[in-house]
Amino acid sequence: MKLTLVTGLTGLLLLGTIVELLRRRQLREKYGMLWLAVLIIVIPLSLFPRLLDNVAELLGVASGVSLVLFLGIVFLLLVCVHLSWEVSALEEETRTLAEDFALLRAEIDADRAARDELVSTDG
Amino acid sequence: MVNGKRTLIIIPALNESGSIADVVGEVRGELPGVDVLVVDDGSTDRTAAVAAAAGALVAKLPYNLGVGGAMRLGYRYARDHDYDVAIQIDADGQHDPRYVPKLVDLLDDNDLVIGARFAGEGDYNVRGPRRWAMVMLSAVLSRVARTKLTDTTSGFRAANRRVIEMFAGWYPAEYLGDTVETLVHTARRGYRIRQVPVAMRKRMAGTPSHSPAKAMVYLGRAFAVLTLALIRR
Repeated sequence: MKLTLVTGLTGLLLLGTIVELLRRRQLREKYGMLWLAVLIIVIPLSLFPRLLDNVAELLGVASGVSLVLFLGIVFLLLVCVHLSWEVSALEEETRTLAEDFALLRAEIDADRAARDELVSTDG
Repeated sequence: MVNGKRTLIIIPALNESGSIADVVGEVRGELPGVDVLVVDDGSTDRTAAVAAAAGALVAKLPYNLGVGGAMRLGYRYARDHDYDVAIQIDADGQHDPRYVPKLVDLLDDNDLVIGARFAGEGDYNVRGPRRWAMVMLSAVLSRVARTKLTDTTSGFRAANRRVIEMFAGWYPAEYLGDTVETLVHTARRGYRIRQVPVAMRKRMAGTPSHSPAKAMVYLGRAFAVLTLALIRR
């Protein structure tokens, strides 16, 4: 009973945190959806940790809890891969931005030099 | 100028080199004296060059940000250049610029005016999950905005200074966020929203998607985006 209380409260706390982050627009929609989906699975499990016992037996895993641990690690690995992918995309975007910025600066400098030359030949 | 108001037409465009010249040309022909800003959302074709040749101002994004990203740039441009009215028009030619003065007229008493397809006009019909999504969105959003809204995902909208100011600082880049979430946000802040019936035309180029699986995904996303918009503040 005590264990159920601990895991259940943890699940609800997580849910509260994520909903509040979404409400304050600190999380973008795509990440928010992901975490809400995770919580919809995690909360029943935190209240009834033995829910997956039948599925575990079917898969040849000794207990439902081990199955949850296994799936949890797989999921976290996938999240890590996804974040690496997002970071790669972001790096590519900042690189493009830096290039655009440098090109603009080069154009402005060239403009300014041309104008200065015009002024000095006039004067 | 439309009805004495400095007006900017914002056209977000992604790979629309086939239709953008005609759209820009038609807008400039029908509405002399308005400025047209084409926001090229990271196109890989000649959209930006074609639009500039047709006489539009062009802002080219270095990479794709989505319609929402392109529109925030447009609203920032409108705010920084002191326009009274900013109007969004799709780059595929389905919006008829002759409705623009009607939209602008209604801005006297409203803050955001939406050009909405009405039944019977044009041959636009939707069925299946896509239709359920539209029905759900209009029902909920009409309630939130306290006005009848039938075409909530329309990309034909006119905004006055107050809404330009708000959109310039905040405009979601996420899919469907640019239409659904902006409506919820705008209504919640007490701005007045109105819709005007307009006839939509067929796209000049490109094809709309009609796969049932995609429609189902669309329904799911519409529901998710709506729920999220409603719990957000």
